[in-house]
Amino acid sequence: MFPKPIEKSTRATQLTYQGLLPIALLLWLAPLIAVALFSIRPDVDFTTGNYWGWPSSWEFSSNYWQVVNSSMPRYILNSFLITVPTVIGAVALSCMAGFALGIYKFRGNLLLFFLFIAGNFVPFQILMVPVRDLTLDLGLYNTKTGLVLFHIAFQTGFCTLFMRNFIRALPFELVEAARVEGVAEWRIFWYVVLPLMKPALAALSVLIFTFIWNDYFWAVVLTQGENAQPVTAGITSFNAQFRAMYHLMSAGSLIAALPPVAMFFLMQKHFIAGLTLGAVK
Amino acid sequence: MKSWYARNQIAVTPWLFLLPAIAMFALYVVYPIGQSFNISLYKWDGLGEAEFIGMANYEKLLTDDKAFNVSLLNNAKWLVFYLLAIPAGLFIALFLNQTVWGIRLYKSLFFFPFVISQIVVGLVFTWFYDPTFGLFNAMIGVVGLGPVNILGDPTFATYGIIAAGLWPQTAYCMILYLTGLNAVDPEQIEAARLDGAKGLKMLWFVILPQLRPATFIAFVVTIIGALRSFDLISIMTNGGPFGSTRVLSFYMFEKSLSEYGFRMGYGAAIAVILFLIMLVFIAYFLWRMYQDEKEAR
Repeated sequence: MFPKPIEKSTRATQLTYQGLLPIALLLWLAPLIAVALFSIRPDVDFTTGNYWGWPSSWEFSSNYWQVVNSSMPRYILNSFLITVPTVIGAVALSCMAGFALGIYKFRGNLLLFFLFIAGNFVPFQILMVPVRDLTLDLGLYNTKTGLVLFHIAFQTGFCTLFMRNFIRALPFELVEAARVEGVAEWRIFWYVVLPLMKPALAALSVLIFTFIWNDYFWAVVLTQGENAQPVTAGITSFNAQFRAMYHLMSAGSLIAALPPVAMFFLMQKHFIAGLTLGAVK
Repeated sequence: MKSWYARNQIAVTPWLFLLPAIAMFALYVVYPIGQSFNISLYKWDGLGEAEFIGMANYEKLLTDDKAFNVSLLNNAKWLVFYLLAIPAGLFIALFLNQTVWGIRLYKSLFFFPFVISQIVVGLVFTWFYDPTFGLFNAMIGVVGLGPVNILGDPTFATYGIIAAGLWPQTAYCMILYLTGLNAVDPEQIEAARLDGAKGLKMLWFVILPQLRPATFIAFVVTIIGALRSFDLISIMTNGGPFGSTRVLSFYMFEKSLSEYGFRMGYGAAIAVILFLIMLVFIAYFLWRMYQDEKEAR
């Protein structure tokens, strides 16, 4: 344990530490807390310049009610309809690819693996023009499907890296034992390897959910308008609609950020396991 | 006589399993990279006939485009200052690496900015910096400074955006280090302590070497994040004021899909340059991973 465990220091140090924690947290989250406070103020506070004083009234329910009755829920629904299929698709593809790269020895294995990793690091802009054209040609421009297909393909890079390393760490004897028994290879995947991958599946799903939910670039490149845009892109038109109505814009931003936050707090263990895979050896 | 598949199962199966992933990845990632290189040699508005102009886009970029130079310089600033997330994350991780009541909740709440989308982070910080009602000016006002319009001032704007980006990135590095610290060997620390090491010396000679895997990942994700910066710039300043906060990724988007007409060829040329810059780092990362793979064998 580093630095020195606090239990071993004097009572005074311990108390100072415990007092510092909430102060540090408050400072760390200050920009966000400010927005949360804005979101429960009435409109009139912003016109009279009462930004930091006591609110002239509490408008929690009316502010958030207005957001719920705007186009915001529509965008949030779009986000779900984009995110969930992407998670399923990318996880499915990368399970299979990770299995192939993690279990089998064949020529080009490492090369393919590195190709997936490298692809995952490229700047989005190098893909932008051709992918936009491809999506237009497929007739999928401004559809959720178009966005989902791209996301699946792109996330496959990262997911394969993740899955392959996870499968590599599994005991290979299990596969060998199954082969000796004469079990078909696809059955080994389905009945031997896949059940052992549950923690990886959970970790990867939460992670990809957050990544895709928070995507903005591809949302503006491949979609426009209410019927396909996810909430990250939709929030700009929401803000244009409620221009300078900071109490509503704050409430809207907080609602837009909510699903991945909820996901994180519910699945915290998996989320962090996914993010830090490889951070320890 | 067994069927051909039964005899060749072990050779064929991996390719069958790889097929969907390779197909999707080739179609949407590998092939488009080649296409972008090709498009960068043309003058093309995205709709009509493309006109081959050779290296003319690159010539113009490198010799006669002030906005490109500004973007490139800003990319350099991002690369340098974004890396501050690593020591900052380490610092917070060390601060939180204790066992007291409620510490797990503190850790989650410190990590929390990373989970929020960059768009919301951008909005939150735009309001944070706002000269009339922003918390930032309220805070520096207490000590008699300001008000400063960070995002409206070309000298500060880029740094303001980078600071906003550091918020989630520091949280990310923090969680990497917290996990790393969990795995630090307590016996080595005890041994070092008996040898009289403490404080910074202990950190530098005993702890940091053990945190190397975490540092490497933090470095990779921070570099990639710095070069990918787009969302924050787009939402906070939209490249302004006077184009002073553009970076290559944003400038490329602006050129290709701006309201003043699409310049896909020119945009693709910018993308190629960004890609080549990234390629230097990608090559280094892959080389490091290759070394690890060789050891693992």
